[in-house]
Amino acid sequence: MREAYLIPETLEEATALLARYQGRARVVGGGTDYFVDEAHNGAPVLIDVTRLRGLREIREEHGYVFIGCGVTHAQIAASALLQQSGTALVEACGQIGGPQVRNVATLAGNIAHALPAADGTLALLALGGEIQVAWHAEGELRAEWWPLARAFKGPGQSAVDSTRQIIAAMRFKPTGAGEASAFARVMRPQGVALPIMGVAARLKFDAEGRIEAAAIATGPAGPVPFRAVQTEAFLIGRMLDEATLDEAAQVLLGEVHVRTSPHRATAAYRRAVLPVLLRRALTQCATRAQRTLAIHER
Amino acid sequence: MARLTLTINGEVRSAEVAPGAFLAEVLRETFGLTGTKIGCNEAECGICTVLVDGVPVNSCIYPALKANGAHVQTVEGLAQNGQLHPLQQAFIEHGAVQCGFCTPGLLMTAKALLDQNPNPSEDDIKHALKDTYCRCTGYVSVISAIRDAAARLRGEPPIPPALPHTREPLRFVGRPLPRPDAVAKVTGAAKYTDDYVFPNMLHGATLRAGIPHARIKRIDTSKAKALPGVVAVLTHEDVPGSKNHGLVYEDWPVLCYDKVRYVGDAVAIVAAETREIAEQAIKLIEVEYEPLPVVDDPVAALAPDAPKVHEQGNLLKHIHVEKGDIEQGFAEADVIVEGEYQTATTEHAFLEPECSIGRVTEDGRIEVYVGSQIPYADRRQVAKSLGVPEEQVRIVGTLIGGGFGGKEDIAGQIHAALLAKVTGRPVKMLYRRSESLIFHPKRHAVKFKVKVGAKRDGTLTAMRIELWGDTGAYASLGDKVMTRAATHASGPYEVPHVKIDCYAVYTNNVPAGAFRGFGVTQSAFAIESAIDELAHRLGISPIEIRRKNALRIGSVTNTGAVIRESVGLLECIERVEQALKAEGTPWVFRKPEQPNKVYAWGFAAAYKNTGLGGGAPDRSEVEVEAFEDGTAEVRTSAAEIGQGLVGVLASIAAEELGVPYENVRVLLSDTDRTPDGGPTTASRQTFVTGNAARLASVKLRERLAAVAAEMLDVPVEALRFEDGYVRYNGKAVRLAEVVRQAHAEGISTRLSHLYEAPKTQPLGTGGDMHFAFSYAAQAALVEVDLETGEVNCLKVISATDVGRAINPLALQGQIEGGIVMCLGNALTEEFIQEKGVPYTNRFARYKMPSIRHTPQITSFIVEDPTAEGPYGAKGVGEISSIPTTPAITNAIFAATGVRVRKLPVDQDALLRAMRVP
Ligand SMILES: Cc1cc2nc3c(=O)[nH]c(=O)nc-3n(C[C@H](O)[C@H](O)[C@H](O)COP(=O)(O)OP(=O)(O)OC[C@H]3O[C@@H](n4cnc5c(N)ncnc54)[C@H](O)[C@@H]3O)c2cc1C
Ligand code: FES
Ligand code: FES
Repeated sequence: MREAYLIPETLEEATALLARYQGRARVVGGGTDYFVDEAHNGAPVLIDVTRLRGLREIREEHGYVFIGCGVTHAQIAASALLQQSGTALVEACGQIGGPQVRNVATLAGNIAHALPAADGTLALLALGGEIQVAWHAEGELRAEWWPLARAFKGPGQSAVDSTRQIIAAMRFKPTGAGEASAFARVMRPQGVALPIMGVAARLKFDAEGRIEAAAIATGPAGPVPFRAVQTEAFLIGRMLDEATLDEAAQVLLGEVHVRTSPHRATAAYRRAVLPVLLRRALTQCATRAQRTLAIHER
Repeated sequence: MARLTLTINGEVRSAEVAPGAFLAEVLRETFGLTGTKIGCNEAECGICTVLVDGVPVNSCIYPALKANGAHVQTVEGLAQNGQLHPLQQAFIEHGAVQCGFCTPGLLMTAKALLDQNPNPSEDDIKHALKDTYCRCTGYVSVISAIRDAAARLRGEPPIPPALPHTREPLRFVGRPLPRPDAVAKVTGAAKYTDDYVFPNMLHGATLRAGIPHARIKRIDTSKAKALPGVVAVLTHEDVPGSKNHGLVYEDWPVLCYDKVRYVGDAVAIVAAETREIAEQAIKLIEVEYEPLPVVDDPVAALAPDAPKVHEQGNLLKHIHVEKGDIEQGFAEADVIVEGEYQTATTEHAFLEPECSIGRVTEDGRIEVYVGSQIPYADRRQVAKSLGVPEEQVRIVGTLIGGGFGGKEDIAGQIHAALLAKVTGRPVKMLYRRSESLIFHPKRHAVKFKVKVGAKRDGTLTAMRIELWGDTGAYASLGDKVMTRAATHASGPYEVPHVKIDCYAVYTNNVPAGAFRGFGVTQSAFAIESAIDELAHRLGISPIEIRRKNALRIGSVTNTGAVIRESVGLLECIERVEQALKAEGTPWVFRKPEQPNKVYAWGFAAAYKNTGLGGGAPDRSEVEVEAFEDGTAEVRTSAAEIGQGLVGVLASIAAEELGVPYENVRVLLSDTDRTPDGGPTTASRQTFVTGNAARLASVKLRERLAAVAAEMLDVPVEALRFEDGYVRYNGKAVRLAEVVRQAHAEGISTRLSHLYEAPKTQPLGTGGDMHFAFSYAAQAALVEVDLETGEVNCLKVISATDVGRAINPLALQGQIEGGIVMCLGNALTEEFIQEKGVPYTNRFARYKMPSIRHTPQITSFIVEDPTAEGPYGAKGVGEISSIPTTPAITNAIFAATGVRVRKLPVDQDALLRAMRVP
């Protein structure tokens, strides 16, 4: 039986509530993961963190793009700032659920749910995102920034303890001139409403069109969202031509461990579409980076 | 409890609510605003959508307290000062309302869209409504209604619905009249079973087996009984009458006694003060099982040493169809194709989960409120298990939020009645989606072996077909469904030599029963694939081979019936062929801007019987009454499951009595007040009940004519009934007055007619096994992504022979809805079970087509009348939902060279198959 549904107005209040309930309370965002999981939605007290002051918007701050934990996928999908500085996130969050889900579901919840193929999570991972974890200790609010990868322990297992800690915000460095991000995924029309495979990428090109920096995230390719570091390393210094795309795909296939998941996809299928998604994401990055270059030159 | 204050539709409301309550339940239960519907409780179906501060949200998972201080808009607030909102008006006029259960969600989602975007494109609409599902309409009318409403809101002229060309209408018959129940459905006033609340009502819950096959050793209900708030806990020992129920075979335990045979089997039931307590009590019931080996495949179940689901063995029925000499037929063939095919178990996914309310009346009779497809069968089964005479039971049909065959069997009717009888209080038994999914009968998964022979010119010479249908744990309508699958297995073609053997087999899977298409959807996939393969082998066009062999006047079907009339198949094929020519695209093509995609057409044809057939008496009784205020009422127990029967019956009575359509009321499915219209199945209601309504109306008209003739002092024969008057030359008298005069003379203006459809012959005896068939041809355009295997169906061209279009608007809705449902059968739908355990136990694991799957549909109506049908009409409910699947899979073959042999199309397997050189 639920005893209380609390909607605090400040982060301080929210962390204090968690501390007061000593594990009997749980953080909730839009509830689109939490409430539909009948087996695990029994926390006596819920602390709704979607209305915290200062954490309901997307803004630029200290050289970062900052996204508060109350920000919904709908807000992300409609954000002009993100469209320019973190396109992958707009693409990923814009594909989650339908409008009703996106109107309440949050990126913070997507991350805290810790699925290896969560769309928003993959995009933020490729963007080099960080999360701000907040809690209450010795009578006061504590907070620290973690690299996003630190948030995941295993499939559905978050390193953030949602009965004691809050993901207060997310941030990443905006893509600049010659730089862009993109997201591509394949869904299956039957069975589970989870992506079969997703790829997010962030590329920076130098003046000659060589790749200067690369970040690639993919999933499901292991227990946690996967950073394809070998593929990233391979790409550095190369032109994004056909040969690079083909070879990068081979490197990616060499470093991921994809599995057959019943009713979702075979490993063979995943291996067949990974190169396709990688190609789609990387070429999108290149096209977009060209455009940013044009804008910045002007 | 916590205080909630919010503004609903402009009115401030306040109440104490539970901290765990969601907005949907608070709106429905606390504030009595039952217009908001619940279809899944898991943020999947979107029909619970309301606007919170203008933003559409799924109210089923929106915490009520989160709406504190907010402005909430629900469907009840759409109409202003008695004036329908343009969206509501357009939904009615475009036929975007069928069963109506999704309508509030669609309207509110669309409202939010139009508030933001006054001129949405089709893409904008599809984007906004992506996760708001409708199982009936196929969304085509929804899209056109929203565009129309947007135009009206912009102050532009309305955009009327595009209707197919049909024959010259009569006064009412043949006109696209809006549904009589549409206004109630768009305003939220329409009441489905869960919308009824009785004072002092208890809530029921059912303990399901949870394992597919086991012997029951012990049931202990003591802990559940001891839980405060629990009023009754019942097991098989408490079933006073028949321990089993069943539509044809009484093999299905009301509450299991010796064994459980599938996961959804009912073992015990509880009535408690609240639903939560009832569900808690269920968990306290202890059942000790001895697990038994599980059989989950119909072929394996026929092995001699297979575990027995029922004592008498696993074969429910062997169906044999034979014509000519199969050996000779194959000897005459120049080419033979052979193949194995398999269809999936699929789920009706009607958006309204099953609900029954049982109640004991003051005079001690039992009433059951339920949205059922066969009220009189419910009455028989409830009475039998309660051990009371049938007259002691009254079934009161409520509106039905979709059926498609899935509401023919008993769900909670007996349980609710039993709990009501034991407790003396009303009991509501509402299933959650997860329970509905694992409990109710599905579409049969069927395995096929097909062998087809033909001459070089494409003339079919022989077909040998074997079918194994998985009927699950109980018979339901399994033998009937598989009989239909078998008799239609050779397709709508004349084949001289046919041999078909079909086995309906018990397994420990969820039972399978009636589902729109009734077995023919499955066999059409197999045979239309084989015909396609044959055409390919012979180098003949897929259209030509079908034209060559199509049933026509004088053809003899595989069961030995001679087709004498009303066979519009050739015309259907030609219409689609012409439309394809007009499209101007090649059969297979690429687009330069989409280098990774290939496009191709596929073609398929189908036929489907109207009526029960096979020698079963097919009757319907209708009562018609004329009143002194000039109105009339038509009464019968036949189900309105969204298909538009109320409108059909109203227009027929209006036509024959000459009264305005609006002045005819239709009362359905109250076994105390409406005679038996028979089951709503086999596309039979327009034909059988339509005829009964027509003949009852004619009889009533003749009776009134005699009275009017005297009043006007003119000969009876010359009277005309029109516009609510009885006329003769310049003279006229209002029908209302004629009725009054009749009453004054002691003449009743209420009479009934029992119509019996033409006799049919049982399978194997030759002659007419059915009294009519509907026909269809369809072409589908698909897009296949060569890199990912993803398939989209972009266009469907359809032609359907329905005899006569009684209401073109309703007909269009049946056709579009059928096509999209059949598209789902091809591309998205699969009810997955693993060793008898449903994996598909949530809506999140069952994808029916969303608005984004809706193809562009061009629909032609062929009206080749059947002499006995009302105005020439025959069945329309199922035919459109049969050929789409093979049209799509044949298109996939054309696009990729991969023959789909197993449904649904699996992009994973397709991609891997395409890669095999
Ligand atoms: C119909 C439907 C379709 C969907 N489609 C997709 C899809 O395509 N791709 C996809 O990735 N996901 C999808 N989802 C899943 C879900 O919508 C997303 O993961 C969403 O982002 C979760 O956010 P939320 O705010 O609703 O999380 P909630 O359900 O509120 O929370 C999820 C978990 O995170 C914890 N939590 C939430 N917020 C915080 C926080 N700030 N700090 C600490 N812990 C927190 C909660 O305690 C809970 O354990 C879908 C869901 C539905 C219902
Ligand atoms: S989404 Fe709320 S009832 Fe289905
Ligand atoms: S009218 Fe949409 S589900 Fe029935």
